[in-house]
Amino acid sequence: MATEFSFPDSAAKAAAAKPEFEPEKMSLSMGPSHPSTHGVLRLQMELDGEILTKCDPVIGYLHRGDEKIAENMTYNQFVPYTDRLDYIAPLANNMAYAIAVEKLAKLEVPARCQAIRVLTAEMARISSHLLGLGAFGIDTGAWTVFMYSFEEREKLYKLFEELTGARFTTSYSRIGGLQRDVPEGWTGRVNAFCDQFLPILEETLSLLTRNKIFMDRTVGVGVISKADAIAYGLTGPNLRGSGVGLDLRKDKPYSGYEQYEFDVPVGTKGDSYDRYLVRGEEMRQSVRIIKQVIAKFPGGDWYAKDARRIFAPPKDKILTSMEELIQNFMLVTEGPQMPAGEVYFEAENPKGILGFYVVSKGGGVPWRLKIRAPSFCNLSILPKICVGCLVSDVVAILGSLDFVMGECDR
Amino acid sequence: MADFYFNLPLWFRSLVQGLAVIAVIFPIAGMCSMAERKVSAWLQGRPGPNRALPFWFAWVPVVGPLLQRLGIFHVMADGGKMLFKEDSLPGHVNKFYFILAPIIAMMPALTTVTTVPFGAYFDVAGNVIPLGLARVDIGLLAVFAVSSLGVYSLILAGWASNSKYPFLGGVRASAQLISYELAMTLSVIPVFLWINAPGQPGTMSLARAVEFQSQPGLLGGAWFIFIMPVAALIFLVSLFAETNRHPFDMAEGEADLVGGFHTEYGAFKWGLFFVAEYSHMLIGSGVFTLLFLGGWNPLPWVTLSQLAVWLHVAQLPLVVGVLSIAIFLAKVLALIFFFMWVRWTVPRFRYDQVMEIGWKKLLPLAIANLIAYAIGIAVLQK
Repeated sequence: MATEFSFPDSAAKAAAAKPEFEPEKMSLSMGPSHPSTHGVLRLQMELDGEILTKCDPVIGYLHRGDEKIAENMTYNQFVPYTDRLDYIAPLANNMAYAIAVEKLAKLEVPARCQAIRVLTAEMARISSHLLGLGAFGIDTGAWTVFMYSFEEREKLYKLFEELTGARFTTSYSRIGGLQRDVPEGWTGRVNAFCDQFLPILEETLSLLTRNKIFMDRTVGVGVISKADAIAYGLTGPNLRGSGVGLDLRKDKPYSGYEQYEFDVPVGTKGDSYDRYLVRGEEMRQSVRIIKQVIAKFPGGDWYAKDARRIFAPPKDKILTSMEELIQNFMLVTEGPQMPAGEVYFEAENPKGILGFYVVSKGGGVPWRLKIRAPSFCNLSILPKICVGCLVSDVVAILGSLDFVMGECDR
Repeated sequence: MADFYFNLPLWFRSLVQGLAVIAVIFPIAGMCSMAERKVSAWLQGRPGPNRALPFWFAWVPVVGPLLQRLGIFHVMADGGKMLFKEDSLPGHVNKFYFILAPIIAMMPALTTVTTVPFGAYFDVAGNVIPLGLARVDIGLLAVFAVSSLGVYSLILAGWASNSKYPFLGGVRASAQLISYELAMTLSVIPVFLWINAPGQPGTMSLARAVEFQSQPGLLGGAWFIFIMPVAALIFLVSLFAETNRHPFDMAEGEADLVGGFHTEYGAFKWGLFFVAEYSHMLIGSGVFTLLFLGGWNPLPWVTLSQLAVWLHVAQLPLVVGVLSIAIFLAKVLALIFFFMWVRWTVPRFRYDQVMEIGWKKLLPLAIANLIAYAIGIAVLQK
């Protein structure tokens, strides 16, 4: 959907001179290397003075062919690739992918595994929204918000590291379970983090929420109407900011979300300020969910024990028992065995709805894997809402849409 | 010593004074850049630059690590880097104007310093003699006239870069600087209406403004920030805009314009812009201190001469001079800290909002303020 641009050279323009005065327009390429395009998004803009008359997002600078790569490896081998979709919230991606494949295998994971997944996904949501908040702050010129939010993210990363062994690319889920159980005392530390996090969150948000300059920059900027938000397939906080209360955690609960009480914040005007408010409130709700998960943390198995052709047996069994050794060997060489069929599963990720469409012809390798990336859909509305804005507004809009190019370009 | 100095030929004295300006402004501006990094770090809850420690200083037991923690040596490292790294010249620029722009940026900054008095001492008769490099009776007018030339450097840099982001930055800068100059100039007129009694030779001298704030009495000893707070506010806000400081740093606006007018600059040429910005801040803060914060008077209603008498140093011009410079510098640096505090706290305005504040809010307010004080002063002096 390329937009047509008109930048005739002066000779051609003189030849086609119209009687009435027509201002000359300037083309401006923002990105792929630009401080405010959050990665490698490129906006091809047409400017009349400083007002945008056209805006065309050019994507694909971070295309790695993730979907094709998935066809060449077993299901578990693809988990690290899901880290790199929305690399701000890898734990949520891991979970969405694992649930999609488990749905294909019609496998039900134990309650403890579900609870851990919900816990990590909500922590990832906080981490992602914190970064979105901080980056939005930088885009509007408030650097200190970024530093405040990064300090909290650092604490989250410490917890992630303790849980998964990696700070950034966690690769925590496995088909039918998890990489490992939660360490001793870890949930207590998560609880402690939540307790100290809430006042800091309020302080950080208070730097912006009633700030006159920030409100001038965001209220009424980048308004997305309810109808537009639905028509362009927006999801996540961007959709809820426009007043549509769609949240799959409530509407199509998965992984035991139905047990937890939380509210879905919804905006009224659909401008950048509303999207900011929605993200702030979602962080509070995530803390609520985390506290509930920890309060009724189920015991028992943390992986599907009966799924012998999907999840690897414990390591000590592999080293001592013949049968388990063979089972592990089959899993490593051929991958978790899936029935033929196809499945689509979507999860409410921090950035929006992340969907995995998996087609299997049996065996340990997907025949086709399609990823529905929320950032990709969310960015598609840019040509619509950026026209008529100033260049500085574009930056604020990009910040409020909170996208990740790793997911958009895949 | 002083006699010997004043017997030297004028050109030699001018040369020495010129070099003194450079030797003072450059280090202070450098330290300001350091302070900026440190202040931002403190505001954001991080340690800030604390690594650089030259080997020839590392052996000093307590002072060395302390200065390292304070990041003092990063100034030298940064300055040295800017001087010695490759001074690249992009192929697509207009070379003459591209090189000219940073030079022009420095010129008004260094010129205006000479007209700003920065201290005072008492002569034998007990009169207050202001310290300054050049005694210019038009004082403030000279500062305004010369410092407004600084806008040329931004426009030149933006145009000569032959690149779109600098171009937008240059255009924004020129519009912004010109529009805030009006409000700024109008805001200080009440001060001089107050100072200059009708029928006497008038003055625009900054030293006279300080003298006026050191009179006895309730109104005489009050700083002008108490007498005319609105004017002070307008002047301060315009100062932010004039020095291109956050939240008015449209010309740079790194979020949307990458680096604004200096996107294509690097190495020492960029460093000159940097130093020029801090010099403008220093001079602006200096003028604000002289006009509204009582100059070298330590506290409102407490004048420098009173302090000198209390400390029994009134007969020592050198001590009084140093004392007054210290008081003045302390106020200026406090203002610089305020600049930094604001920068790291609030978001940035949008370009059209900046223009709106300038034309639709500050300018009418400045005019109303001027008229109100003109009437008030006329009534009072009747």
